[in-house]
Amino acid sequence: MPNNKQKRFQLLQGNEACVEGAIAAGMRFYSGYPITPSTEIAERSALRLPQVGGKFVQMEDEIAGIAAALGASVAGTKSMTATSGPGFSLKQENIGYATIAEIPIVIVDVMRSGPSTGLPTSPSQGDVMQAKWGTHGDHPVIAICPSSVQDTYNQTVRAFNLSERFRTPVILLMDEIVGHMREGCELIPTEELEIHNRNTNMINSMPYAFGEGQYVPHMTSFGDGHLYNITGLFHDEAGFPTNDNEIAGEENSRIMEKIKVYKYSGILEYEEQQMEDADIGIVCYGGTTRAVEGAIEKARDMGYNVGMFRPITLWPFPEHELIERAKQLKRLIVVEHNYGQVLLTVQGIIKGDTKVEFIGKVNGTTITPDEIVRNIEEGEE
Amino acid sequence: MAKEQLRFTGSGGQGVILGTIIIAEAAFLDGKQVAQSQSYGPEARGGMCKAETIIDDKKITYTKVELPSLLLSLTQVSFDKYVKKIAPDTVIVVDEEINVPERLYAKHEVLKLPIIKSANEVIKNKMAANIISVGAVNEALQIASVKSLEEAVVNHIPKGTEEMNKKAMHLGAQLVKDARK
Repeated sequence: MPNNKQKRFQLLQGNEACVEGAIAAGMRFYSGYPITPSTEIAERSALRLPQVGGKFVQMEDEIAGIAAALGASVAGTKSMTATSGPGFSLKQENIGYATIAEIPIVIVDVMRSGPSTGLPTSPSQGDVMQAKWGTHGDHPVIAICPSSVQDTYNQTVRAFNLSERFRTPVILLMDEIVGHMREGCELIPTEELEIHNRNTNMINSMPYAFGEGQYVPHMTSFGDGHLYNITGLFHDEAGFPTNDNEIAGEENSRIMEKIKVYKYSGILEYEEQQMEDADIGIVCYGGTTRAVEGAIEKARDMGYNVGMFRPITLWPFPEHELIERAKQLKRLIVVEHNYGQVLLTVQGIIKGDTKVEFIGKVNGTTITPDEIVRNIEEGEE
Repeated sequence: MAKEQLRFTGSGGQGVILGTIIIAEAAFLDGKQVAQSQSYGPEARGGMCKAETIIDDKKITYTKVELPSLLLSLTQVSFDKYVKKIAPDTVIVVDEEINVPERLYAKHEVLKLPIIKSANEVIKNKMAANIISVGAVNEALQIASVKSLEEAVVNHIPKGTEEMNKKAMHLGAQLVKDARK
């Protein structure tokens, strides 16, 4: 471990950069249960949080790991928990609770091969649909996929900001490739970052009241003077359960709408590389991006006009942007470390003459640039 | 400098991952772009272990080694596995106990070095084998300045072992110089 002097540029693992980004964004509480390949997030949080006046708690299991973080968040402290596939399954119920109770929290899932305990140390992107649909009921989700160590730092900050602004759980969907690799990372200090904090200026002493034309309530933190109720049941302005169908319908719609309405106010983010003249597009995200970048270099040298479309915010998906871009493409190849999950979304939105293709891998090894180039070549024969 | 793709292989517990982290950090301190990664099984010790560092002047896209510019192996079993996938000009650095097929000497620079023996007999600590390897690899490819390599070594070792590990690092470089004489 390098000395504790926090130098601005450091060689860090993606998992370590996640913790540094979280602390820069204001995280002062972490609770969780260690699991490969996310364990370094717990380890570094245990080291760093006490240095900045925060608290780290190792809980007895994955469910308690998220539950304690939710409790800390309700008390006004920016909180995070991290896990991998098997633990992500266990956290789903409390993710739904955070959604309906409108408790800000960042949940990191460093994806590994599954199902079940699978291949603990091997990469995968098999949880992307679980991130979207894992908890039950109609709910919105914000899931963000970083593709490098620096991106992990920056996107962790953004995950906290979105969570605070919209009082919603945000899933930082990392994978073993990004979590375990080391790259140079600039630790941009808090004072140079745009930081959002939740609004705690409660309206009429009602925790779930919100202003005209607004979508997010302003709850006072627990312990700051107001007594109020929090429940996973649909509730009224005071936070008490209700069976009133009108209130339930309005509440569910508002929770859905608050993410939809603000999709273009900071939630959606995507990246394009060399798409201007491309007739072959590749959709990828997370660690897979790096193999695609390598493949584009090689394929361009061979004369193919290939470009990349990378959703950084995976959910909600940049549908409109991809539909517009696909109009110029004859082929659109989805590359992901699973059996075809984002592929389903892409197939659902891309109509017309663009042929949607797929490259996937589920054996615990990474997709290589050569495999992608071969696929590009074969499609042109 | 050209892009370097280093692959270190051995047995879990020998410190091959740490070796690639130290090389990566040294190059990083010299202002290079680096990407370091590893693959290993769930065993705490003894499983086959592969660790990689890529170093370049420009942005690194794919972060895994495709064909290594240098292969380091500290065990026969890991050498036999990973020697199957090397480039025509891959530099091979192995412990002297490892059996290297004759045919490889024709095309490749093969540096068979007394890494483990030197750790045991000169440094008197078998854990120093990875730091000797780091010194050797850096000398073989001239990746990072000696000053940065020293700094990177010191950043990643237990307090109180600085002099021993610096000695191991310099010894590794000397082994390569001697082998090339």
